Amino acid sequence: MLLEGKKLLITGVLMDSSIAFHVAKIAQEQGAEVVLTSFGRTFKITQTIAKRLPTTPPVIELDVTNQDDLDSLSERLGEHVDHLDGVLHSIGFAPQGAFNFLEGTFEDVSTAMHASAYSLKSLGVAALPLMKDGGSIVGLTFDAKFAWPVYDWMGVAKAAFESTNRYLARDLGPKGVRCNLVAAGPIRTTAAKSIPGFQTFEDTWNERAPLGWDVNNAVPAAQACAVLLSDWFPATTGEIVHVDGGVHAMGQ
Amino acid sequence: MAQSEQEILEGLAEIVNEETGLDTESVQSEKSFTDDLDIDSLSMMTIVVNAEEKFGVRIPDDEVKNLKTVGDAVSFIAKNQG
Repeated sequence: MLLEGKKLLITGVLMDSSIAFHVAKIAQEQGAEVVLTSFGRTFKITQTIAKRLPTTPPVIELDVTNQDDLDSLSERLGEHVDHLDGVLHSIGFAPQGAFNFLEGTFEDVSTAMHASAYSLKSLGVAALPLMKDGGSIVGLTFDAKFAWPVYDWMGVAKAAFESTNRYLARDLGPKGVRCNLVAAGPIRTTAAKSIPGFQTFEDTWNERAPLGWDVNNAVPAAQACAVLLSDWFPATTGEIVHVDGGVHAMGQ
Repeated sequence: MAQSEQEILEGLAEIVNEETGLDTESVQSEKSFTDDLDIDSLSMMTIVVNAEEKFGVRIPDDEVKNLKTVGDAVSFIAKNQG
């Protein structure tokens, strides 16, 4: 199996439509042991949804913007796993104001940056004590090379996120830890539905994608995450794998 | 096992009580989740997920916005229960 014996920390499982839910499911099916994180009021939802996985994994509290949570992460994780082979970062947040480019305040923008970009570094560093034999960190982005409709400061945060991935790859590479991202096409998750005007993406993506695109199917993106978490990309880091039906490669 | 609408209402009231602390008696069919019971979107998600578990139904995200009142939710669950 692809992930036989791997121990993985998976953030971002909220509903069973979450990309992270499908990563956790595939990971378990492929032989991995999984620990989930959630926080605050979403914790109870994650706990309930976790029961829908093939094996119910433990859920631990982690707000990636809370330093105490980060500092105690490896110790709390140690109660469930003796080491980590991989981490999935499936986290993003921007206040509604950040989805208006010309009006968004720096307060809105800094919140988006902290939760959505800086958090990749925070999570990587927090998990590092458990990755003594190396490992793989995988995150989810939405192609930040372009200015999109409605995405606005979240798009800028994703550009910072993609750059964070490259710097993290630079600094964790010598420790044997790979850092890569999956740039997925639009998927109708809870996170996506919280973006005002998200359907603007949905309408055009399928037409632009040479392979077509199903906004209700998170499995292709999740499969790519699973492969990047496995041993099958041993010499790849700082990379972004597009799982978007091919849209990123098209002129228009 | 299909349950009566009264049983579903009682079960749903327990879920709402657990999430919000609202008295189970206040969870009546004609009450609106948002306007009368002051339930926000995150609490509604929690209630929906727990109702799915308790009643063995799937409530698709697109359906949730149609469930304005407690009675709407009870009817949906009754209709879709296996």
